[in-house]
Amino acid sequence: MPSKDKKQWQRDTLEPSVKRFPERREKFQTDSGLDIDPLYSPEDLQAQGLDYDKDLGYPGEFPYTRGVQPNTYRGRVWTMRQYSGYGTAADTNERFRYLLDQGQTGLSIAFDLPTQIGYDSDHLLAKGEVGKVGVPICSLEDMETLFDQIPMDKVSTSMTINATASLLLCFYIAAAKKQGVSQEQISGTVQNDILKEYIARGTYAYPPRPSMRLVVDVFKYCAENVPKWNTISISGYHMREAGATAVQELAFTFSNAIAYVQAALDAGLKIDDFGPRLSFFFVAQNNLFEEVAKFRAARRMWARIMKERFGAKDPRSMMLRFHTQTAGVSLTAQQPDNNLIRCTIQALSAILGGSQSLHVNSRDEALALPSEESVQLSLRTQQILAFESGAADVVDPLGGSYYIESLTNELEAKALEYIQRIDDMGGSVAAIEQGFQVREIGDAAYQHRQEVESGERTIVGVNRFTTEEPPIEGLMRVNEEAARIQVERLERLRLKRDNGAVKSALERLEQVAQTDENTVPAILECVESYCTLGEICQVLRGVFGEQEGAFTF
Amino acid sequence: MRDNDRPIRVLVAKPGLDGHDRGAKVIARALRDAGMEVIYTGIRQSPQMITQAAAQEDVDVIGMSILSGAHLEILPEIMSLLRDQGMDDVLVVVGGIIPEVDRQPLKDIGISEVFGPGTSTGAIVEFIRDSVNQRAGA
Repeated sequence: MPSKDKKQWQRDTLEPSVKRFPERREKFQTDSGLDIDPLYSPEDLQAQGLDYDKDLGYPGEFPYTRGVQPNTYRGRVWTMRQYSGYGTAADTNERFRYLLDQGQTGLSIAFDLPTQIGYDSDHLLAKGEVGKVGVPICSLEDMETLFDQIPMDKVSTSMTINATASLLLCFYIAAAKKQGVSQEQISGTVQNDILKEYIARGTYAYPPRPSMRLVVDVFKYCAENVPKWNTISISGYHMREAGATAVQELAFTFSNAIAYVQAALDAGLKIDDFGPRLSFFFVAQNNLFEEVAKFRAARRMWARIMKERFGAKDPRSMMLRFHTQTAGVSLTAQQPDNNLIRCTIQALSAILGGSQSLHVNSRDEALALPSEESVQLSLRTQQILAFESGAADVVDPLGGSYYIESLTNELEAKALEYIQRIDDMGGSVAAIEQGFQVREIGDAAYQHRQEVESGERTIVGVNRFTTEEPPIEGLMRVNEEAARIQVERLERLRLKRDNGAVKSALERLEQVAQTDENTVPAILECVESYCTLGEICQVLRGVFGEQEGAFTF
Repeated sequence: MRDNDRPIRVLVAKPGLDGHDRGAKVIARALRDAGMEVIYTGIRQSPQMITQAAAQEDVDVIGMSILSGAHLEILPEIMSLLRDQGMDDVLVVVGGIIPEVDRQPLKDIGISEVFGPGTSTGAIVEFIRDSVNQRAGA
């Protein structure tokens, strides 16, 4: 007799079998600690009250759970965008042109730490860091070199830049102008997500509140002048890399997003004027199904937040568009070729989850920046997924899976609880000031580590299935001369520019920063007068103050 | 000279501009859970800030985490500051994204151990305990 329902199946069929053949673990859980049943059925979705029209709908329609585009990748596959930058602007220009030749469809600039924090390459604190994790861009001249022979009206560019986002956007606008490309024509994204820098990534410069104003200045300027630019990429990626669970990734990302939207509304912007230009950035981690469910839950949550909480009317304001990167923390130094397999599974989750653009990490990145050869493999991974796997041929392939839908519901519910807690604390900025997110993430990271050390969590090649092996060869090394070349270039620039114009542009910026006026036009004027990044940030540090670090762990 | 009865004191530091502090914080907690007294500097520490904190806190160990690739520029400066201040007896260990070929050069300037990705916190605790006890006994 077949079972009438799941309960009966569990009692009559499953349990006797488990008694004879015990399960591998006492309890199965996702990375976020959600309990996993042995099986999901229509009864689970019924119990959760899933309503197809209300909760899923059709792709391209509210609440966009199944996708923001009606046909997702059948028209155009996702943008293949490998994050890249090192050495000097000239070195990175060469890598960019190589990647475009290999079939990459968008650029993604990695800046070095001094550029991200607002120090010129010759600043005392820049020692050892110039050109290491990205490219140094100290002036318009560097940006011109970076885009030499790359048509800025054709390529879309993502810039991972936060504290200094408006500056780098101005460098980009000014460099495009020199190519004869207007600011109306350029397209791309600035990360411009300062809140997660205090929570996880650490490249802040000023305290949170003045930083929020700089973020909103970009929203405002772009709404009026740079219509094809994504003014922010609200990022869960780095918080997850720092140890957050998938639930925390969703919750902290959206509570930050809520803070940005509220700040923009408070500054007098209208929701549908800037809403369509907000974009997101998530990680693709190892737990394939939880990640797919996370992306789907994210789309539904954002649509509802924008519509119900903020009263957006334009459907484009409700559509969650996001970039995905595979998980850097999941890469192992041991048996590095295994990383190719991890990256492929993670990338597949992004595709099954309907990501608009993707970066796939490389096998050697637990030890160094990726070599050209390993970056090519990452790009090939994307191309195989796009053109051979069939995963891109149908919209939301896992939609309707009892398990996926159930996980989507659970992740959403848990994340909403967290968002409520943050709302009760006075919102994301207040929670950050109280150290809430940092503590939560720190706890999750430590718990994860303990699970690895106890063997409860397997990492192949690290705590199980280990082998002795020789160190990996052919690692990338940044040109040792890069820092010296960069500093000399900067010194020459300071001599040859019109230093009178520099001085008056910086004075003008200082005045503007002290009022409520938008800072972007004044920064653009500085940039076009060849003020350096460090000089501009020095002025803003003077007005806004400097953010102190935290010592808790 | 270290008093053998007091717990091992460790300064966990993040030199340079690198903000990746997950590893540093996890190690700090693990050392504390293993009974050591841990002071964490936070991110963005200059060599002077680190050696000053080490002197003020009278630590037995400095553990530094660096993932930005700036290790060969920053760490020699810290080691020479420690020597200048007569703090050669402090045990210095490092972790992060450090390629194999850079490990011996770092040991040559007095860094006792370089822990790569995937090292268990248990192994780090054990190394620190053994090394500090050996030094105290010497």
